[in-house]
Amino acid sequence: MSDLLRVENLTTWLATESGIITAVDDVSFSVRPGRALALVGESGSGKSMTCSSIMRLLPASGHIAGGRVLFEGEDLLAKSPAEMEAIRGRKIGMIVQDPMTSLNPLFDVEDQVGEVFRYHLGDRSRRARRPKVLDVLSRVQIPAAEKRLGSYPHEFSGGMRQRVAIALNIACAPKLLIADEPTTALDVTVQQQILALLRDLQRETGMAIILVTHDLHTVQRFCDEVAIMYAGRIVEQGPVAEIFARPAHPYTEGLLRALPQLGGQEDRLPLIPGQPPSLASLPAGCRFAPRCRRATDLCRTEYPDWMATAGETRRSACWYADEVLG
Amino acid sequence: MLRYLTLRIAQSIVTVLLVTMIIFVIIRLIGDPTHLMLPPEATEADRELLRQQMGLSDPVAVQYWRYLLQLLHGDMGMSYRFSLPALDVVLGRIGPTLLLTCTSLAIGILVGVPLGVASAVRPDGWIDFVAKAIALFGQAAPPFFFGLIFVLVFAVQLRWLPTSGYGGPQYLIMPAIALGWYSAAGLMRLTRSNMMEVLTSEYVRMARIKGVPERVVVYKHALKNAALPVLTFASLQFGILMGGAVSIESVFAWPGMGKLILDSIANLDYAVVQAAVTVSALMFTAINLAVDLLYAYIDPRIRYA
Ligand SMILES: Nc1ncnc2c1ncn2[C@@H]1O[C@H](COP(=O)(O)OP(=O)(O)O)[C@@H](O)[C@H]1O
Ligand code: SF4
Ligand SMILES: [Mg+2]
Repeated sequence: MSDLLRVENLTTWLATESGIITAVDDVSFSVRPGRALALVGESGSGKSMTCSSIMRLLPASGHIAGGRVLFEGEDLLAKSPAEMEAIRGRKIGMIVQDPMTSLNPLFDVEDQVGEVFRYHLGDRSRRARRPKVLDVLSRVQIPAAEKRLGSYPHEFSGGMRQRVAIALNIACAPKLLIADEPTTALDVTVQQQILALLRDLQRETGMAIILVTHDLHTVQRFCDEVAIMYAGRIVEQGPVAEIFARPAHPYTEGLLRALPQLGGQEDRLPLIPGQPPSLASLPAGCRFAPRCRRATDLCRTEYPDWMATAGETRRSACWYADEVLG
Repeated sequence: MLRYLTLRIAQSIVTVLLVTMIIFVIIRLIGDPTHLMLPPEATEADRELLRQQMGLSDPVAVQYWRYLLQLLHGDMGMSYRFSLPALDVVLGRIGPTLLLTCTSLAIGILVGVPLGVASAVRPDGWIDFVAKAIALFGQAAPPFFFGLIFVLVFAVQLRWLPTSGYGGPQYLIMPAIALGWYSAAGLMRLTRSNMMEVLTSEYVRMARIKGVPERVVVYKHALKNAALPVLTFASLQFGILMGGAVSIESVFAWPGMGKLILDSIANLDYAVVQAAVTVSALMFTAINLAVDLLYAYIDPRIRYA
C-alpha cells in the first residue's frame, strides 16, 4: 500500500537567543493510510517542530530549510498559503497539548466547531450547520451535546475541551490526524478516555494518526510504527512490536530497559542518566555518545549513517546497531 | 452578573463623590469670590454678610452635604456671573465639547485600531513603519502644540480652513485632528502589542489548524480578544480627551466646557466649576460603566462570573 504521508529529509531551523538551531534535522518517515505512527523522544527533541513543519504552522522564528512533505503524493512545502488553508482542518487535523488554551475563550462551541463546516464545506447558515455540529459532538462523546452548543470553553473541563478540539479536527473526516501529546495536560483517568476515543475514531474513520507521546505503554497499545527522536534527529524507527522486542539503538534500549518498572500510566519517559545535548552546541559525532555506554572514538567523531537492520523494515542511526540488536 | 453590575455602579457613585468632593475643597482653597463680587471699597463686614447669604461661612463639610442634598433635586446652585442656574450654564456649553471629544475619539479609534492591527500582522513592514512614526509624533508633544502648528500651516499660510471659531465642519477639522492624533497614537500602540501577543496564542494557532482563512483568523479570532483591553483604554481616553479639550478649546476659541471651566475658576464662580466637574464626572463614569457592560457582553467569562 502506498504512503499517505511521506516526510523526506525534513530540516527546520529556528532562530533562538543562542543562534540558529536545527530543531528538526534531516527527518524522514512515512505513514500509511489508517495506521498510527508514534513519535517518541525527550522534551525538546523536536517532535512538536516536526508536527508544525508538516502543518506549515511554524512560529515566526522558524524556517523549513529543506526536505519534502509528500501528502497524497503532493509536496505540502510547495503549496500556496491558500492551498494549505484548504488542506488544514479538512485533510489533515491536529490536536495539541493544552486544551485549556487551544479554544477561543470568546466564541461558543457551536461557533468554533461550525467554522470548519463553514470554511471547508461552504455551509453559510448557522442553522444548516447545526445538525452536523451536533453529530460530530456526539461522535466525540460529549454528553447532552444539544445543551452544550451555546457553552463557552471555560464552562468545560479539560477533558471535554480536548473532545471539542478533537471534534473540530475530525469534523471533515481528515485522512491524517496529528496528535501532539494530546493527553499530557489531562488527569490520568481522562487520558485513558481520550486515547480510547482516538482509537475508536480511528477504527470508525480509517484515518491515519501521528501520535506524539511520552508514554511507551500507549505506543505499545496504540501504534503500529514508532520513530524515536533524539536532539532533532530520528535515531531509530520501525514497527512497534519489533522495536519493543529487540531495540537496535542504545537510546531505545535505555528507554525500554526501564519500561517494566514504570506503572501502566506513567506519562513520562524512563530516566536515562545524563542530559540530551543543547541544540545550540551539538557534539561532533553521535549526539547520544555522551550518555552511551557503548560509545567509541568513532561515535565521538562521526555521526552514524543509517543502518538498515532486520531486513528493510527498520532503521537505526548507530554504528553498532547490529550488536545492540544482539 | 447582577453582583458585578451592582458593584460597578457602587464604584461609580464613590468615584463621582470623591471627584466632586475634591474639587469642592480645592476651589474654596483658591480664593474667596466675595472679593470679586463686591466692589473693592466694601468692608469685611459686608463680605461676611454676603458669605453668610451664600452659605460660604459654614464648615466645608456642611456645605458639601447641602450641595449633595440639592444635587438629588438636580439643583447645582446659581452662577453669580451669569445669574443663571449653574447646571443650565454648563449644559449650554457641553454640546461643543462633546462634539469635539467624540470626533477626536472616533478619529483615534478609526486610525489607531486598523493601523495597530495592520502593523501587528506585518511587524517591520512599511505600514508598521508609518504607524510607528504617527504614534511617535502623536505622543511627542501636547495636542495644543499640533493645534498651533495646524493653524499656522492650514489657516494662516494655506488659508484652507478658518483659524478658529465654531460652526460647520470646517471649524471642527483642525481641533479634532490635533486632539484625535494623540489618542490614535495610544490606541495604535496598545492594539499593536495586544494583537502581537494574541496572534501567537494557542487558540489562534488552533484556528489556523482548522484551516480558517487568515483574514478570519486575524479579524475574528485575534481582534476580538485583542480588542477587550483596547475598549477599556478607549473609554479612559474619553476622560483624557475631555481634559485635553480644555487647551484645544482655548487655541481654537471653541465655545465648550473647557473654556467655561477656565473662566469660572478665574472668576471663582464656585457653582459653575462644581457643576461642570460633577457633570463631567457623571458622564465619564457613565461611559466607563457602559464600556464595562459591553465588555461583559463580549467576554462570556465575565458575563457568567
Ligand atoms: N517557539 C519557539 N521558539 C524558539 N525555540 C523553540 C520554540 N519552540 C521550541 N523551541 C526549541 O526547539 C527545539 C525543539 O522543540 P520541540 O519541537 O517543541 O520539542 P518537543 O516537542 O520534542 O518537546 C527545542 O530546543 C526548543 O527549545
Ligand atoms: S553510535 Fe555509538 S554513541 Fe551513538 S548510540 Fe551507537 S554506540 Fe552509542
Ligand atoms: Mg512538544
